[in-house]
Amino acid sequence: MRDTSSERGEAPAIVTLQAVEKYYGEYHALRGISAEIRQGEFFSLLGPSGCGKTTLLRAIAGFEDISSGSIRLDGRDMEGVAPNRRPTNLVFQSYAIFPHLTVAQNVGFGLRKAQMSAEDKRRAVGEALEMVGLGDFGARAAHALSGGQRQRVALARALILKPRVLLLDEPLSALDKKMREVMQVELIKLQREVGITFILVTHDQEEALVMSDRIAVMFEGGIAQLDDPETLYRRPSSRRVAEFIGMMNFLPARVTGSGSGRIEAEVAGLGRVTLDAGQCPGEAHPGAAAVGLRPESLTILFDGGVAHDREVRGSVAEVTYYGDMTYYDIALDGAPDTVSVSARNMPGRRVLERGETTTLAWDPRALSLFC
Amino acid sequence: MNGVTRALRSEGGKGLIMVSPPLVYALLLLAAPLATIVLFSFWTQNFLDIDRTFTIANYAEALSDPLYRELMLRSLRISASVTAVTVILAFPVAYFISFHVAPQRKSLWLFLITIPFWTSYLIRVFLWRVILAFDGPVNGSLMGLGVIDEPLTFILYNANAVIITLAHAFAPFAILPIFVSLEKINRSLLEAARDLGESKAMTFLRVTLPLAMPGVLAAVLIVSIPTVGDYVTPRLVGGSGGTMIANMIYAQIFDLNDRPMGATLAVLAMAIVALSLLWLIARIRFWLWLAEGRGVWIALAAGIAEILAIRAIFMLGPAIVGAPGTVLGLLAVATLGSVLIFVKVPKGRAGI
Amino acid sequence: MKARPLALFALLYLLVLYAPIMLLPIFAFNDGTVIAFPLRGFTTEWFGLLLETPALHRATRNSLVIAVSVAVLATCLGLFAARAATRYRFPAKTGILGFIMLPLVLPEVIVAISLLVVLMQLGLDSGIWSIIAGHTLLCIPFSVAILQGSFANMDQSLEEAAIDLGETPLSTFRLVTLPLVAPGIVASLLICFTISLDEFIIAFFLSGNAPTLPVYLWGQLRFPARLPMIMALGTILVVLSILLLVIAETFRRRGLRRAGLKDSGGFL
Repeated sequence: MRDTSSERGEAPAIVTLQAVEKYYGEYHALRGISAEIRQGEFFSLLGPSGCGKTTLLRAIAGFEDISSGSIRLDGRDMEGVAPNRRPTNLVFQSYAIFPHLTVAQNVGFGLRKAQMSAEDKRRAVGEALEMVGLGDFGARAAHALSGGQRQRVALARALILKPRVLLLDEPLSALDKKMREVMQVELIKLQREVGITFILVTHDQEEALVMSDRIAVMFEGGIAQLDDPETLYRRPSSRRVAEFIGMMNFLPARVTGSGSGRIEAEVAGLGRVTLDAGQCPGEAHPGAAAVGLRPESLTILFDGGVAHDREVRGSVAEVTYYGDMTYYDIALDGAPDTVSVSARNMPGRRVLERGETTTLAWDPRALSLFC
Repeated sequence: MNGVTRALRSEGGKGLIMVSPPLVYALLLLAAPLATIVLFSFWTQNFLDIDRTFTIANYAEALSDPLYRELMLRSLRISASVTAVTVILAFPVAYFISFHVAPQRKSLWLFLITIPFWTSYLIRVFLWRVILAFDGPVNGSLMGLGVIDEPLTFILYNANAVIITLAHAFAPFAILPIFVSLEKINRSLLEAARDLGESKAMTFLRVTLPLAMPGVLAAVLIVSIPTVGDYVTPRLVGGSGGTMIANMIYAQIFDLNDRPMGATLAVLAMAIVALSLLWLIARIRFWLWLAEGRGVWIALAAGIAEILAIRAIFMLGPAIVGAPGTVLGLLAVATLGSVLIFVKVPKGRAGI
Repeated sequence: MKARPLALFALLYLLVLYAPIMLLPIFAFNDGTVIAFPLRGFTTEWFGLLLETPALHRATRNSLVIAVSVAVLATCLGLFAARAATRYRFPAKTGILGFIMLPLVLPEVIVAISLLVVLMQLGLDSGIWSIIAGHTLLCIPFSVAILQGSFANMDQSLEEAAIDLGETPLSTFRLVTLPLVAPGIVASLLICFTISLDEFIIAFFLSGNAPTLPVYLWGQLRFPARLPMIMALGTILVVLSILLLVIAETFRRRGLRRAGLKDSGGFL
């Protein structure tokens, strides 16, 4: 998760989307998208396949026309402006490295019309390659590179032109897991170094949480929630967003009363609970509802743990061992489904077995109510 | 942007604009001329004048005169033989290249196979005339080896020579589509079949062959259609027993000065070929479906019954309803049957 | 199917495929006027005779003019069609492309007589330009098939990337598309040239008084005395065709190497 400093929150908007709509014939691909992306931030468009995030990115880049609404870059309306004239550069999902050129020729491709001497161009290419860690690769044939190397060439090629906004279309999806983790860190460092606004499209919520200053979660062509990672995680605005970001347990509940900023509810497996109004996105009305809590919100009290305010007993149904953590599926009394609970594995702490009963502590402040 | 500009700027508009040069060219030089000869087939010609009154006299004559019928049937028969021989011989070769040749060598084999195709067709046909001649190499070597005493005469200037020559010329046409569809077969499918207990031969019959069917069908089309309308081969090696419909069309236009008749024969030839192929494909689908549903014997019986019925109608029809009626009636019934099959019978496992 | 008998069959097949062509050089250098065994002796007089026949030279010139024109025209039109086929979706796409590819499966006689009838009706003279028109129609499907492969092998985002980096559609075509499609273009030019050079039927129907090489050949076939010369001519034509094909194949492979792709085996 990124460290959001207050200066970032006050940076001017560099990309302004206003009621952007896009139709492919009958198909409504983008529904009334409005958002502001601030200068210098690492912004992500996150959502499942088909939600319209790539369409939106390509519309910002200029490769898709929009049916109505407006896209403004640096205050200028981009209607009718071709991609080669926009202050954006796009890193394609396939990287689109020109196979018939060398690495250096690829990186310097966009400088062809620049008013620079050949010597300056050479130097700029060298610096760009250094920046992405491919300093010695200039003379290599582009078609002989690995996936990770290609991605860096694509980055260097885009960044050398000093765009106002760098757009990245699922840049890490073609890499294997280890490479992906390495590149996540590299991208963060790179963005900090050059200070350019990054807009990244991804379907991997973990990736978005790790790298972004703010995330726009998209479903079916619209933005469901736009917030920084922590707010998205702890205060999802809907059940669907809650399910999409991280892991979330849901317990059936019934709202019994609400007023003056407090909500009373009966939760299966946990009993009576009093919540703050801020824990419920939207209105809390009496009746059936669902309560969500993250796996880390339930703490397993191993033998010898301190007694807590709210405790509940449950039995272990499944154990999944991850090395540093263990996830338990625990059946609570009165709850129809098991809840997933995580526990850090520490020296001296054993791993529970299936069938064991155990005591769990929980904090009402960690609950989210969805009506 | 108004509607027209929007349409032109859309992807569909840009695509149409991009494809318009070759499309317009094809419309001008293919569609228009084809339409013209269809038109011509309904006109008549007296010496050098074209009489434009609409008439179906040409078609009546073409369908009644036994000469034309014989020629058309012969052309179909020759084409069918050529197709059968070519495709059956091509399959093992395509299989060999696809399954038993190292990947880096495959394009070399294909290259070698297609080279003869790119040399002059005329020369190749002529060479066959040389080869099959009375005093040519075939007879020479057979006599030299003592297999025969007199030179063979039945290998040249008849339909057999035409078949041999055409099969040779169109061999590469058959190999390529079959090869492509064999290449597309995922090898792990075959391994799975073996793993589930099938022998090599049964795996071939149950997995490889059905999956290669689209390629075989493409080969059939690619060989049969051009061979029906071939001119050079029947002219050079066909003698009088091997002339085909294209020779007659030429004769009508250049020797007999009857362009409308030539046009009629051309249109009829195209129609008959197209409908025959339609019939064939429909029947294959139908018989395969029967074989799967009711058993191989029923399918066989249905096939034989239909073919016998067609022959019977062909022989007895002219006496009852006249020749044109017979032919048109057969075509109509066959076509209707085919349409019915395509609508009602689902696509088989072999993709046909 | 077992490998060994199959391999034998395949080799036999190849042998039979090449057998007729192999006769050409044999009889082209044979010192005898009858095309039959036994062979008589070595001579190059037939080749010499070729150089002294003005009718042959005229026919050759016609053929070359036609073949070059056809190669260029068919490749240009094929470029448009191939690009439309691989990059755009548009209404009636399958129908339009199918129609453009139709000459591949139509008997050439049909194409020939329909063009002839139209020419006669319009009162125009047939001749070189009508043969060019007919051959181009025939060659466009081949050009499309080859170029479609080239375009399909090229990642579509390459052109978008070039535009994103500041190029115009025209300069993108010049700097990115053309270099990557060039081998396909060369192959298409060579293939169309070869097809046109060898094509007989359309030239026969439409040649009027400007015979092409194959038409000239046809005219000579009924003179037994000329047959050895025809063998010599045939030898030259075959060698030429093979040479052009080898060049085309080299270009195709080089194109694949340049784009860093694997060989899928042949033009079609």
